[in-house]
Amino acid sequence: MAGSFDVVVVGAGIVGAACAYACARRGLTVVVLERAGLVAGATGSGEGNLLVSDKLPGPELELALFSNGLWRRWAAELGDRYGDIELEAKGGLVVTGVGPGADGAAGLAGLRETARAQSAAGVLVELLDPAGVREREPAITPELAGGLYYPQDMQLMPAKATAALLAAARDHGAEVRLRTEVTGMLRDDGRVVGVRTGAGPVAAGHVVNAAGAWAGKLAGLAGADTPVAPRRGFILVTEPVPPLVRHKVYSADYLANVASGDAGLQTSTVVEGTPAGTILIGATRELVDFDRRHNAEAVRRMAQGAVRLFPALAAVRAMRVYHGFRPFSPDHLPVIGTDPRIPGLVHAHGHEGAGIGLAPATAHLVAQVLTGERPDLPLEPFDPARFSSEVETAGAAA
Amino acid sequence: MSGGGTGRLAVVGAGPAGLAAALAAAEAGAEVTVLDLGQRPGGQYLRQPTVDGVRPAPHPARFADLLRRVGTHPRVTVRSGHQVWSAEPADDGTGGATLRLSGPAGPSTLAAPVVVLAPGGYDRVVPFPGWDLPGVVTAGAAQALAKGQGVLVGRRVLVAGTGPFLLVVAAGLASTGAEVAGVVEAAPLRRWSRHPLAVAGAPGKLAEAARHFAALRRHRIPLWRGQAVTEVAEHGSGLRATVRRVDADWWAGELTRNVEVDAVCVGYGFTPSVDLAVALGCATRTDPADGSLVVSVDELGRSSVPGVLVAGEATGVGGADLAVEEGRLAGLAAAHRLGLLDDAGLARASTPVVRRTARQRRFAAAMHRVHRVPDGWTDWLRPETVVCRCEEVTAGRLRADVAGYGLDDIRALKLVTRVGMGLCQGRVCGRAAACLLAAASGRDQPLEDFAKRQIVMPVPLGIVAEEGPPR
Ligand SMILES: Cc1cc2nc3c(=O)[nH]c(=O)nc-3n(C[C@H](O)[C@H](O)[C@H](O)COP(=O)(O)OP(=O)(O)OC[C@H]3O[C@@H](n4cnc5c(N)ncnc54)[C@H](O)[C@@H]3O)c2cc1C
Ligand SMILES: Cc1cc2nc3c(=O)[nH]c(=O)nc-3n(C[C@H](O)[C@H](O)[C@H](O)COP(=O)(O)OP(=O)(O)OC[C@H]3O[C@@H](n4cnc5c(N)ncnc54)[C@H](O)[C@@H]3O)c2cc1C
Repeated sequence: MAGSFDVVVVGAGIVGAACAYACARRGLTVVVLERAGLVAGATGSGEGNLLVSDKLPGPELELALFSNGLWRRWAAELGDRYGDIELEAKGGLVVTGVGPGADGAAGLAGLRETARAQSAAGVLVELLDPAGVREREPAITPELAGGLYYPQDMQLMPAKATAALLAAARDHGAEVRLRTEVTGMLRDDGRVVGVRTGAGPVAAGHVVNAAGAWAGKLAGLAGADTPVAPRRGFILVTEPVPPLVRHKVYSADYLANVASGDAGLQTSTVVEGTPAGTILIGATRELVDFDRRHNAEAVRRMAQGAVRLFPALAAVRAMRVYHGFRPFSPDHLPVIGTDPRIPGLVHAHGHEGAGIGLAPATAHLVAQVLTGERPDLPLEPFDPARFSSEVETAGAAA
Repeated sequence: MSGGGTGRLAVVGAGPAGLAAALAAAEAGAEVTVLDLGQRPGGQYLRQPTVDGVRPAPHPARFADLLRRVGTHPRVTVRSGHQVWSAEPADDGTGGATLRLSGPAGPSTLAAPVVVLAPGGYDRVVPFPGWDLPGVVTAGAAQALAKGQGVLVGRRVLVAGTGPFLLVVAAGLASTGAEVAGVVEAAPLRRWSRHPLAVAGAPGKLAEAARHFAALRRHRIPLWRGQAVTEVAEHGSGLRATVRRVDADWWAGELTRNVEVDAVCVGYGFTPSVDLAVALGCATRTDPADGSLVVSVDELGRSSVPGVLVAGEATGVGGADLAVEEGRLAGLAAAHRLGLLDDAGLARASTPVVRRTARQRRFAAAMHRVHRVPDGWTDWLRPETVVCRCEEVTAGRLRADVAGYGLDDIRALKLVTRVGMGLCQGRVCGRAAACLLAAASGRDQPLEDFAKRQIVMPVPLGIVAEEGPPR
């Protein structure tokens, strides 16, 4: 077997790319194996929001705050040499009581409570009355009860960020092998010591599972039960227009949908502009396995919500619609760290709709684990083995 | 015919193929709705003027007759000004499709157990330095402007590229009063002598070509063969086109002339519109004749999706006469699927038509071989030459990103460079970008990756937001 690496990273999405970069920078020898091309998975379909606003106090919010700081640093490091990743500190705006019939008072009360909790956890948040909302978003409907403004919410271009991270990792000695599917694990006395691929075995000290929505399948190759499932999401993209939507704007029900584990179609309104001038409209969530068919109803509902929020959008043309599969983890927390059940296997997945945002922190923690440093955040909440009992209970219930 | 009564057929496209399909199916008893985004039926070849006072371009009587018979058939409804912006296959697997429409009265949906897609094609674009300057237009656009609105793209015009359509456009422009400085044809036309059988099988084409050559002579328009416009630059208030000799692979050689004009019309053949069919899940293939992505169909136009038939340029570029015959076959096959024709009836009606289409396809294949578009043009580009006009992606940027980031497929290329991500969604630049990517990455690129789009043409969000009444 030709040479051995410290780390095999499986998956060239944003999480795999970030892991490769973080590890290679620390001097580890790294090879990234990707069965398709760059950003072939969810990363190519993500919107690129780096949000703290949609997270309630807890481990995910801490990860997000930490990650946003890392993204600022990484954007500066990468920018000059590897191209602009379009990091923009545009801020997020959550609105409530949109449209006739909405219960504005209840919505506002809910927002106030969210804001209080988040601000105690270190999130910068500002309560806005309708006039305050319209000052920040002049084109928004006047029919709303109020909102919250989050200056720490940012956005970047996920594909460019992934490409830049991999290019930088390569300059730190990492190898990137596209069109190389991992089909099995090399084992030595229970320990994972590399992977089998279509192009032969690759030996490694550790295997990092950054296979996104396919992470469950990959973990299965090592005999590790990991209940990560694909959660489908559609995005509508408009033609480029002069600035019309300034922030990431979403309705408060988005929070409920993100937190839900319901399998049926859920839509909430998420609207934002991009540096390219296009407006991205989301968001839908469905647990339908890897079903690649179109869902006209999902798309219609997104358009409806967007036009209700920004009436001027009615005349703006939709240009494209696409979908992707978020790596859904049953307790809405990512899976990060060494697998206590299987030495040599390291997890970095399950970020669902926040993998772009959480990639640097995830990668940083993985690199710390692999180099024996003390992790900057506690890893217990993300423990890969935490589902073991849950899985059994769920199986028994079904 | 069993007692199924009349069946409903939806036809997308009122060009030669769609009209012929509608008529054949209606004559067999189907209730047909024809949808077309244009203001008047006819498609590209039979384009009708949309501005008062513009004389309709003359067409052979058989085409005028087709338009008239469709227009007066009691079982055919033509809805002009209706854009089919998306489509989904019937989800119960019974076949057919639901079409999403945007028309003068707003959104609507049309669910039909059988559909014929005849969306035609559009000009194939080959980028070169200056192709994006105002005054450089596609041959098809020049033709459409002249036919539809009686507008000339310029007073003094150069026509360049490859294919018989250049002669059509040059003759058309000259007869409407433009001064055509010349026709620059990249192919050495003696290649035609290698295809005697194909030519003999299509005497009509020969007569047509003779007519166009005569028109060139009458208007004293020179024809420069084995040459190409490899660059256009602004020159005073007009343009200057650089004409060079090219070899069989389009590698550019010596400069033969600079031509000063107001406009340059470029034509490199056509790109079939396959996106509706792809959205419905129809299998595609690469047409070996010209390398374009086309919908796979059997000899009667049946695609891989039950109840979805495809005819005309979308199944392979072959001109208006072939489009009519293909449309007729698809119309018959649609009527058969609706239970209006039995097997024997279908065979009886289709056999002679199938024989004719085989001949016409041989001619089309020969035409494509003579008027190939080899990859040599990629060498005409400069780093600053724009490849994707919507997103202003240059050849230099594209090549640098492919090399620097190791991009090796169309999805990654689009996402990282934004090529093909603008309003045209790769319809214009897709094929050229795929060709540049293949050369830079050393990997063949499946053109289908540029044709997958659920929204086949931009549509206002207000329309997407409404379900719209069923039609
Ligand atoms: C519509 C939508 C909008 C979103 N918006 C946002 C947002 O605004 N902000 C945000 O933070 N997140 C967002 N997300 C979520 C985000 O896209 C994901 O969390 C993130 O991209 C996950 O990255 P990843 O690298 O883990 O997975 P992926 O990008 O899916 O990468 C996994 C890779 O692993 C490869 N792979 C799988 N199995 C194998 C194998 N056996 N061998 C080799 N390779 C393999 C796959 O081909 C794939 O390329 C959104 C997601 C969707 C669908
Ligand atoms: C710009 C242009 C000009 C041309 N001019 C000539 C010419 O003058 N002479 C000549 O011999 N050949 C011409 N051609 C070649 C021409 O394509 C064929 O000869 C012939 O018209 C093909 O017939 P068709 O029925 O397949 O397609 P077309 O004639 O192209 O008809 C397709 C029709 O479908 C409609 N359509 C497509 N998509 C949709 C949709 N999603 N919703 C609603 N309607 C839709 C289009 O508006 C069009 O009317 C031209 C081609 C182009 C692209």
